[in-house]
Amino acid sequence: MTVQHDPSVYERIQAGEQFQELRRRFRSWVFPMTIAFLVWYLLYVVLSGFARGFMGTKLFGNINVALVFGVLQFVSTFLIAWAYSRHAAAKLDPIADELRGEAETRDEIGEGAK
Amino acid sequence: MSHETLSTILFLVFVALTLGITFWASRNTKSAADFYAGGRSFSGLQNGLAIGGDYMSAASFLGIAGIIALSGYDGFLYSIGFLVAWLVALLLVAELMRNSGKYTMADVLAFRMSPRPVRTAAGVSTIVVSIFYLLAQMVGAGALVGLLLGVHSEAGKIWTIIAVGLLMIIYVVFGGMKGTTWVQIVKAVMLMVGAALITLLVLGKFGFNLSGLLGDAAAQSGKGDSFLNAGLKYGTAAQGTWGKIDLISLGLALVLGTAGLPHVLIRFYTVPTARDARKSVLWGIGIIGVFYLLTLVLGFGAAALVGSKTIASADKAGNTAAPLLAQKVGQDIFGDVGGTVLLAVIAAVAFATILAVVAGLTLASSSSFAHDLYAHVFKRGTATERQEVVVARVAAFVIGAVAIALSIFAQSLNVAFLVSLAFAVAASGNLPAILYSLFWKRFNTAGAVSAIYGGLVSAVVLVIFSPVVSGAPTAMFPDADFHLIPLSNPGIFSIPIGFLCGYIGTVVSKEYNASKYAEIEVRSLTGLGAEQATGH
Repeated sequence: MTVQHDPSVYERIQAGEQFQELRRRFRSWVFPMTIAFLVWYLLYVVLSGFARGFMGTKLFGNINVALVFGVLQFVSTFLIAWAYSRHAAAKLDPIADELRGEAETRDEIGEGAK
Repeated sequence: MSHETLSTILFLVFVALTLGITFWASRNTKSAADFYAGGRSFSGLQNGLAIGGDYMSAASFLGIAGIIALSGYDGFLYSIGFLVAWLVALLLVAELMRNSGKYTMADVLAFRMSPRPVRTAAGVSTIVVSIFYLLAQMVGAGALVGLLLGVHSEAGKIWTIIAVGLLMIIYVVFGGMKGTTWVQIVKAVMLMVGAALITLLVLGKFGFNLSGLLGDAAAQSGKGDSFLNAGLKYGTAAQGTWGKIDLISLGLALVLGTAGLPHVLIRFYTVPTARDARKSVLWGIGIIGVFYLLTLVLGFGAAALVGSKTIASADKAGNTAAPLLAQKVGQDIFGDVGGTVLLAVIAAVAFATILAVVAGLTLASSSSFAHDLYAHVFKRGTATERQEVVVARVAAFVIGAVAIALSIFAQSLNVAFLVSLAFAVAASGNLPAILYSLFWKRFNTAGAVSAIYGGLVSAVVLVIFSPVVSGAPTAMFPDADFHLIPLSNPGIFSIPIGFLCGYIGTVVSKEYNASKYAEIEVRSLTGLGAEQATGH
């Protein structure tokens, strides 16, 4: 079972400026990006269903728009994953470490429940 | 030596190796954290491989290659949904879950709720999703043994299902998460090496000219250019607009389901920190992405070199496309012996794949039974760690036995749709509950319970009255007809229903706990008070 901590500690951290900044940096990156890749993916699925003439257009040799569009979904997935890991390492991890370090040295919150 | 004998020998080597690992792991599996989460001591790369191992089922290896070989481009649509889905897990779920949970999906859902109703709902949903997925895999194993090893008797299929079931029970009961994770890692490496080898040989035959490969595939398929575009399997001209809506419905379930699959979610607990969880998903995305690009070449390669007609005559669903392709390129390049060896290798890899996936599913459902239902619902949190682990092991045995029995009963039915149904339930019930729990301050017990049951019930009911269960020649019960809805995939309705139920359930209940929300939000984003690795 999780050890019960004094809840006011969490509420105080949550209200603090640093945590608010961490949450803002996290949400303002992942929420718009999630909407973007879902829209991009749905566009692809909808075109595959309703715009087959366009998707069948040959670009070079036997490579058509559908194939390029599909491969671009792979490329965008790899790029977004890479961009997120960069964003998290540069903008999120330092604040999270600092907040955790502070709380642990003040000994308000122990090592966490085993 | 025949390819059947060689396949069997290779497969037995895999079984011996993984059983060895399992018994080694069993000596290091003592605490609950060991059994449920492998001591949280796997590295990002190891867990990334295991994520690939858990995820790349026989359905995605043989199934997608088969769909591409027979229906062309449509198989690719499937793999894209399966891959993009991992971004939902990476951005919204993996790290936050690692930081705020312990052993199961319900740990996060029940964090600030009344534990008994929420854990009951999460436990039921976990077991239902896992059993659906298990059934599809085990019935598939029974069919595969006929195709790959030439065992066509009814008794042979039943014995295969029993053998697969017993092995998966042994992996989980003795090895727990540690043993199961190593089985996934070994399988993922075998699968990647096998698929990469055949892909290289196929591309080599075409002088690494992808356009030439596609041209030959289109010509050999007998369907011309339409083979390289969507629409031969999903949303065909004959199905009209409903067929196209069905395609979008499938796409939604695939992209939103992964981050709600219990056996995927518990993978995030096997690493020491949230940062390792992030790394493991990054590795997972790389491995799974490359694998699906390989299956694209395998599928079109099979159409070009083996021919859609030959593939369809071996198996209507095209499941033998990849093995037949392995045999063909092996023969063309290295002669008869080469063909035999490559076919045997791919057949053995296919069985290893099934075994690893079913083990992961059995672990997820038995963990949830022991940790959520037994320890927190029946015992109200008074069970000791020791009792919990004993119950989890017994549950693995019982769930395994039930899965064997159901699979034997279902083995003559077409149950392939259960995989997409599992994704639909995960997307409709589990995902709304998880996202609301992590991001919505107001969310409460009534909301969590309504989201899970609302999504689960709507997805299952819609499928029962769909053409995959009755009213079509390919249905589970082809002779009956009680279908009411023209959609095979419920996601387009059931996913909004799940989110809406969660919203309505929340706002009609007055319950709201600001301090618990502060705790889960701070913990999930900072890792404060997160579960530590036990370390061995």
